[in-house]
Amino acid sequence: MSTLYKKRRAVAFVAGVLMAISTLIGVLFLLWILATTLKLGVSAMHWDLFINDTPPPGTDGYGLRNAFVGSLFLLGISLVIGVPIGLMAGTWLAEYGFQSRIANTVRFINDMMLSAPSIEIGLFSYAIMVDPMGHFSAISGSVALSILMIPVIVRTTDEMLTLVGSDLREAALALGAPTWKVITQITWKAARSGILTGIIIALARVSGETAPLLFTALNNQYFSTDLGHPIANLPVVIFQFAMSPYQNWQQMAWAGAFITVMFVLVLSIGARWILGRRQVQS
Amino acid sequence: MTSSDAAVEIARPAASEVQRVVGRGFPLPIDFMFRKATVLAAFLVGAVLFATVIAITYDSWLSIKTFGFGFLFSQEWDPVAQKFGALPFIVGTLVSSTIAMILAIPISFGIAVFIAEIAPSWIKAPIAAAIELLAAVPSIVYGLWGLLIFAPVFGQFEPFINDHLGVIPGLGVLFRGPPMGIGMLTAGIVLGVMVLPYISSIMRDVFVAVPSSLRESAYAIGSTTWEVAWHILLPYTRSAVIGGIFLGLGRALGETMAVTFVIGNSNTLTPSLLMPGTTIPSVIANEFTEATTHLYLSSLIYLGLILIVITLIVRFAAVLLFRTLDRKGGIKT
Amino acid sequence: MKLNRRSFAQAAVAVAVFGAVGAGLTANAYAGVRLTGAGSTWVYPLVAKWSAAYEKETGTQVNYQSIGSGGGIAQIKAGTVAFGASDMPLTPDELAKEGLIQFPTAIAGEDMIYNLAGIKPGEVVLSGPVVADIYLGKIKKWNDPAIAKLNPGLKLPDMDITVVHRSDGSGTTFTFADYLSKVSSEWKQKVGANTSVAWPTGVGGKGNEGVASYVQRIPGSIGYVEYAYILEGKLSYARMVNSDGKVVSPSLKGFQDAAAHVDFTKAQDFYVILTDKPGPETWPISGCTWQILRKNAPKATNEEVTKFFRWGFVKGQPMAESISFGPLPPATVSAIEAYWKKNLGL
Repeated sequence: MSTLYKKRRAVAFVAGVLMAISTLIGVLFLLWILATTLKLGVSAMHWDLFINDTPPPGTDGYGLRNAFVGSLFLLGISLVIGVPIGLMAGTWLAEYGFQSRIANTVRFINDMMLSAPSIEIGLFSYAIMVDPMGHFSAISGSVALSILMIPVIVRTTDEMLTLVGSDLREAALALGAPTWKVITQITWKAARSGILTGIIIALARVSGETAPLLFTALNNQYFSTDLGHPIANLPVVIFQFAMSPYQNWQQMAWAGAFITVMFVLVLSIGARWILGRRQVQS
Repeated sequence: MTSSDAAVEIARPAASEVQRVVGRGFPLPIDFMFRKATVLAAFLVGAVLFATVIAITYDSWLSIKTFGFGFLFSQEWDPVAQKFGALPFIVGTLVSSTIAMILAIPISFGIAVFIAEIAPSWIKAPIAAAIELLAAVPSIVYGLWGLLIFAPVFGQFEPFINDHLGVIPGLGVLFRGPPMGIGMLTAGIVLGVMVLPYISSIMRDVFVAVPSSLRESAYAIGSTTWEVAWHILLPYTRSAVIGGIFLGLGRALGETMAVTFVIGNSNTLTPSLLMPGTTIPSVIANEFTEATTHLYLSSLIYLGLILIVITLIVRFAAVLLFRTLDRKGGIKT
Repeated sequence: MKLNRRSFAQAAVAVAVFGAVGAGLTANAYAGVRLTGAGSTWVYPLVAKWSAAYEKETGTQVNYQSIGSGGGIAQIKAGTVAFGASDMPLTPDELAKEGLIQFPTAIAGEDMIYNLAGIKPGEVVLSGPVVADIYLGKIKKWNDPAIAKLNPGLKLPDMDITVVHRSDGSGTTFTFADYLSKVSSEWKQKVGANTSVAWPTGVGGKGNEGVASYVQRIPGSIGYVEYAYILEGKLSYARMVNSDGKVVSPSLKGFQDAAAHVDFTKAQDFYVILTDKPGPETWPISGCTWQILRKNAPKATNEEVTKFFRWGFVKGQPMAESISFGPLPPATVSAIEAYWKKNLGL
């Protein structure tokens, strides 16, 4: 064997080992994070979390109900704002704009917004909502979250609608259907699992966002569903409780983290499953 | 897309275009409304970015007027004397992101190649799923894990780093510090773990998509797996890989929660990575609700503006790099 | 969509589900009064306790968020909250300029905490000048002669001191920095006193909770927190040498002794500082905590806020004392009522 061959063999061997080690490191960290979240989260779970509201510091209370409801509320409202805008914008890109300069510019801007730091969006929402309104509110938090959701929905809608074959559209048009019907009843329907996946992914993305809520929705130690006032939410509560020296607060922080991770995982796996099923069908 | 699809694609008329040409000679009112609604939505999407930049510039104007460009180079952050400067935060943001990238890129590459080329097929899917699970974990959980679990463990390693790397003349100053567990290095590591899944899943997706003809011809002439990865896969997927890296970098630069928990929040600029530091998002998150004066608030927002500019620069650099690489690779741009 | 029985059924189910969920969510729909306050983490345990009991008794929800005294001041200036809590009093000039009023809530104290293996709470003795030098970065190790002199007989380790301070704007910081300014001219000149200062060294924790958390985690660290947090977390606290030269432990009596040397009723807008007061048992780092209101807030809002605090002064004292917050002297409470009447017409 020539030395060149030996050298190449050695390099390949070392490289292979390094690749395996890298993978091990990646999987290890994942297991570490998930395992601790599971262990500390599950041990902190208790029915009381869903019955009681967040307790004041230094007391023995145990509850996260207002945070759960508040977060669901914020997410729900941001869906109501974000889905129509995202869906319609994606529709414009795929059905009216195509590859025109304007459309591509919008796509480019959309991509920028996809990687915009979430704290900037929080600042923006503070500037346009909290400042003029004069107080923190749930709606300003929802607006911030919806701005984070929209780019994801736009992108997936755009891609999924583009994937729908032209024969479906042409058949509908040949039968005399107006454009809006073609889009809403044929194209949207055909791409529905992909669009739904996009919405779910967007939801998963904003479920864990804390920074934009810090100075929009703030937090609330009481149960509230009032849009115009601060509202309790899980990420900010976790932030507050984790940094505290109180035992019960730290436990609740882990329980909250566990529930957030489970929620996001269920959404992500659900999204995959829907998309996967669709691909199998077609 | 196969070539026949491409032909159909070019010839495909839009539903909207067909409508204009055949059928009714005029648009239905509801068609008109629907189209306008979609245009409005698209406009909103386009406008939000500009609106954000404008709103943030407007609110930071007082600070810009007071400090001008000197803000970028000043180390003072003194709310008492009302003197503010961005340097520790800019440096902290860049340093923590750089550490994250230095850690994440090679490891992502290793994972991607492992999954694409080396792993037996029964292990491919679970590992890929595991890495993508990392991406689903919310950043606050990273912060929580970082502060309460990782930092104490890392703190045990820090004396080792201090004693062995800290004594290297010159470079050693990077590694000297008390074993606090939290600090710039910890933040960089946590950030690295955070961006790892983004970069590695993009790398993996494109490596897998490389035509097998290329791969197999390389193997056929006796290349090792490493050589195939480095000389075939990587150059072929260069632009997508760079895109993935910049996506990860964008995330790292703007990350708030994972960093705030573990970076130590110290506004003093030190060369040591073991010492606490700060980043733009952390200081905004920490001090925003308490900025007592208009100038203080405006300076924090000025910091936000700088962060947007940094992110935009990174993004533009990515696009430019894309185009240069594509052009060099013979793809028409 | 075809209009037929099936789509009607689907629509009906959707409406029913939506309605049920909506009804469920709003079942607890709140029809009472809601107030939002923000500010000091120092007073947070007290206000939160009062708020929970007040809600049970009157149904009014007082939602208090501890974002730091700096935050309380900022938010009340901006008018985004009904009351701002601060451990740093605003000067009468500033109050007049911004159209605000302030009144004290309770008296408390803060203390140094440390993390030294094998050394029990209350064993370490520190003095003002020594703490100032530690926070200036001049004293770097625990076995420094200056510290050893105050602790004869105590074996202090040869360990680096990790300084922990606040990363957010805080009245706790103000009280601490004010004390250091009084006992160390170098501190006064170099750093000064405010809710947020340019710390010469150290790590920043968010809130009293953050500082306590960091000190718990970092061996060899030192920090300053409000006394209620020391009690709650059973933290290792230091004893201090007070203005009279006596070594004292933090206690409710120590804080009240400090307050005894001050006449709240004579101070305009209740502007008093309680640090470094004389007395054999006086605690040197004592402080007060104030509530700040906007004069031009809706009258109903100010009425509700004053109602809440009046309730606290009258019924909340046992709760306050249980977490070592000292009640205000009765003369001060009467003065506060008069102040409300004069400034808010309540």
